[in-house]
Formats: sequence, structure tokens, C-alpha cells
Amino acid sequence: MLTSRRQTVIGHAVLVVAAIAALYPFLSVVLLALSKPGTRQSGFTLPTSISFANFSHAWSRGLFSEALVSSLIVAAAVVVGTIVLAVLAGYAFAAFPFPLKGVLLGLLLVGLVMPYEATVIPLYYQLRAWHLTNTYWALILPQIGLSLPFAVFWMRTFFVSTPPALREAASVDGASRFRTLRSILLPMAVPAIGTLATLLFLFAWNEFLLALVLVPDDRSVQTAPLALSFFAGNRRNSDPGVTAAAAVIVALPVLISYIALQRRMISGMLAGAVKE
Amino acid sequence: MTAAPLSGRATATEPAPPAQDRPGQEPRDHRRRHGLRAWAGRQYWPAVWYLLPAAVFYTLFVLRPLGQTAWISLFRWDGLTEGRWVGLGNYRALLSDTRIPAAIGHSLEFVVFYALLPVALGLFLAALMSRIRIHGLSFFRAVLFLPQILATVVVAVSWRWIYDIDGPLNAALRAVGLGSLARAWLGDYHTALPSVGLVGTWVMYGLCMVLFLAGTQKIPTELYESARIDGCGPVREFFTVTLPALRGEMSIALVLTITYALRNFDLVWNTTTGGPGTSTTVPSVFIYQGAFLTHEVGGAAAISVCLTAVVLVVTGVVMRLVRGKEG
Repeated sequence: MLTSRRQTVIGHAVLVVAAIAALYPFLSVVLLALSKPGTRQSGFTLPTSISFANFSHAWSRGLFSEALVSSLIVAAAVVVGTIVLAVLAGYAFAAFPFPLKGVLLGLLLVGLVMPYEATVIPLYYQLRAWHLTNTYWALILPQIGLSLPFAVFWMRTFFVSTPPALREAASVDGASRFRTLRSILLPMAVPAIGTLATLLFLFAWNEFLLALVLVPDDRSVQTAPLALSFFAGNRRNSDPGVTAAAAVIVALPVLISYIALQRRMISGMLAGAVKE
Repeated sequence: MTAAPLSGRATATEPAPPAQDRPGQEPRDHRRRHGLRAWAGRQYWPAVWYLLPAAVFYTLFVLRPLGQTAWISLFRWDGLTEGRWVGLGNYRALLSDTRIPAAIGHSLEFVVFYALLPVALGLFLAALMSRIRIHGLSFFRAVLFLPQILATVVVAVSWRWIYDIDGPLNAALRAVGLGSLARAWLGDYHTALPSVGLVGTWVMYGLCMVLFLAGTQKIPTELYESARIDGCGPVREFFTVTLPALRGEMSIALVLTITYALRNFDLVWNTTTGGPGTSTTVPSVFIYQGAFLTHEVGGAAAISVCLTAVVLVVTGVVMRLVRGKEG
């Protein structure tokens, strides 16, 4: 028997402290948001009465309904686009022989490690020349490109892990490569694609720099994080309670999906980090 | 933030050998032909069709802009009128710009807060818990991981409230009679940088802990038993059993946190916008300001190139140092 009772108790006590530290900043903002407008919040006492007035102020003043819809459109398009392209490319990398494969994988790696700051300046001028700045396309197209390295490596890892005998059997039965992908490999890939979709959605939803640079002027296409950033920026115009409510509004969709899918998100992010 | 699969090599900086010499990871096929003749033949065309859509997007929105950034960095350009070729002039200007060493200094301080502190904390806690059975592990995992999934802007708004002059931190100080220490933490020249840094610690320590906890769960208990029999105390046990077993996780944690610390735009911009003064300005803030506010696009591109190079090199070095000895 390795562990003493004392160690177990101390270990759990430390975990509880660490967990409270992780939760407290967000909880204190929720409490602030729920407090009555105009009341002083110390951040330690529980509010005596709960009020949603801050939320309705934030909702109407910050145009967050539009921002949430924009975020949803952009994130959904990025997820679908990236996954279609990544499945095809990942399949090719895993299943076909072709020259320059190593070079192409190396090029993908650059995009994986490279900071977004490295591409954002030319992206702005390019998209402006195409008259796409301040449109959804300015957020969707570059984010598909930037998400591809992660997604292609992810799908390639999955396809490499499938037994080659499956592909061989399919081709003996006369299935084309595309047929093999569609009818045999894709159904097997559903869990892997689901996790990938969750992660891509999260990254796209939280993206800030690209939104700041590429849709700076048109409020109707700005995503939720950007709307929140601008809203919280006018600190003089808004009291902390309303800003806090805005932050909760922006966090809520991600939070709800996290509660539903946390196992998948955490294991996905850990696996994504540990693989290769 | 991006959790990214990482390779053990700095492939990015190494020229790849010519394709003919590189058969890839495929099982050898003896009928395979190499080089140009193969391209001319039809056997590789299917691969092209599968790769083409991704290649188009990746080239248009990643590779081409990457090259253009390097190209723009060779010009003095305001983004509107015709640029003037200055060669490496922008880089020379960076060397003599006194604001740059300060910004790099801030970045290094952020590395301490975002990377070293969370990794040390995570290691300590993982070591503490390496030998006990944790009840409710998945609950703790989910809670500790939460800061990772919130948008940085939300994190920034939360912490601006914590640090607010009327916020919880100052209220706590006043409650314990240290009211004289209360201040606007993010608005004070002396406290702004560590205050932003601690937000980074908060975002990252859960990730490190979760990574390391997952690592320690894989260590066979026999190792601890035999260490115990050999008379190891907790400290030696940590250095002979736990630490070596966590090598892989350490390298991942360091790469993720260090690159995040070096880039670090979202958090700084949304908490302090680099201020007060330039006390929390980092290179990525210069990039944004130069490119989109003060119209020094060439100079901003030069900083981008340097930042990218540093991130790529650091990634390669950390992977090699920490993970290299493993395999």
C-alpha cells in the first residue's frame, strides 16, 4: 500500500484550492453581472438579490444578438470547410504514395507553429483588395487556411491508425479510393471528426486578432469576442455590472458546450498536443 | 489558444531532401517510379485531387502571406502610397529602436509568468498527487481546464474586475487591514506587468496540471514501490521516478506556454493595451500598432518576421532539449 490517509487528504485539499482558484475569477464576474445595477459589489459577499437588468442592458446596448449570430455563422463555416478539406488531405497523406510528401508535411508544420501575427498584415491588404474586409468571408477563408495544419495532422493520424487491410479489402472488392473513404473510413472516423469539430469550433469562436484586423468597421459582422472587447473598452460609458453581463453572454455558449462536451474537448486538446 | 500537435524536430527550418530520395511513410511498392517520370505518369494524380483544395487554401491564406510579410519587411511602406525598398533597413532600425529591448524584456517576464510558473506549479502538484488515488478526477480536470476554453476577452474582462479599484482584490486587502496596498493594479506602472502575468499563470496552470496528472497516471506503481524499497525519500522519488516519466508532457507544456507567452497579443491588448505608458508593451502589440494604427507597415512586418523566427527556434530548441534524450 503506497499511500497514507494523510497524503490522500492533503492531495485532495490542494486540488480543491486549485479548483477554486480556477473558478473564482469567472464566478465573481457572474455574481457582479447578477447584482442590481448601481449596487456596490465587493466580490466576496453573495448578492442579496438577483437581477437580470445588467444582462438586458448589455444585450440591447452591445448588439450581442448580432455578434452571437456572426460568431455562429463564422465558426460553423470554418468547422465545415476545414473538416471537408482536412479529411481529403489527411486521407491522401495517410493512404497514397506521392512525391514531395515530406516537404508538404514540413510546410504544414510551419503553419502549425507559426504565430498568426506572421500572416495578418498581408491578409488584411489581400482581403481588402478583394473587397472582402468587413464581410464574413474575411474571417472564414483565412481561418480555414490557418486551421488546416492542425486538422490535416489530426485526420492523417486517424487514417494512419486504421488497418491498411481495410483499404486493401475494399479495393479487392472493387471500391474506388473515394468509395473506400466515403463508405468505410468516414463512418469509422465519426468520433475523431466530432472531437476535431469541437476543437475547431472553440478556436474559431474565441479568435480575436483576425477579427480585430479584418472586420474592424462593420458592427453587423463582428464576432462576439470582438464586440465584447469594444464594449468593455468604453469603460467610461458602462458600469462594471453591464460589462460583466456582456462577458457572461459571450462566454455562455462556449460554457454550455463545454459542460456537455468537456471530456471530448479536454482529451482532444491533450491528444492533439501529445500526438506526433 | 491553440493546442497543436508538435513535432520533435524543427522541420520548418531544415530544407527537406529532394523528393526522389524520400519515399515517405508508405510501405515500399516496388513498381513505384520516382521523380518527374512518375509525375508524368498517372499514378500520382489521385493524390493531387485530394490535396488540391487544402493546398489552395493553405497557400493563399498561410504560405503566401507568410512570404509577403517577409517581402513587405524589406520596404518602408505606410500601407497607402508606394513603398520604398530599404533592404534590411527595417531590421537595422529595429536594432537601434530603444523600445524593442524593453518589449523583449516584457516578453521574457511573461515567459516566467505564463510558462515557468505554471509548469513549476503543475509539476509540484502532480508530484504531490502522483501516488494517491484521486477521487473526482474528471471533475477537477474539467474545472482546472476551464480558463483554457474561455475566450481571452472574457478572461481579460474578468480579471479587469478582479484588479479594479473597487474590485475583489482591493476589497480583500482592505478587509484584512492592508488597504494601503490597494490600487488600480492594471493602471500602475509598477504592478501592471506582473498583474497581466498572473492572469497568464491562471490561464496556464490548469493546463499544465491536467497534462502532468495525465502523465503521472501512466507511471506504474511498481516504480514507486521499488524506489521506496531502495530507501528513496519523497524528493529523490520525484527526481528518479516522476520527473523522468513526465519528460514528454513537460516539453509539450513548455512549448505551448512559451509560444503563448511570446505571442501574447489578446491578453495584453484586452487588459492594458500595452500601457500604462509602454510598461506592458510586447512585440505583438508593436506589430498591431505599427501595421494598423501608425502606418509603419514595413517595420511591423519586420517585427513579425523576427517574432516568427523566435517562436520557431524556441519550439525546436525546447522539443530537442526536453524530449530529445528520450528517443
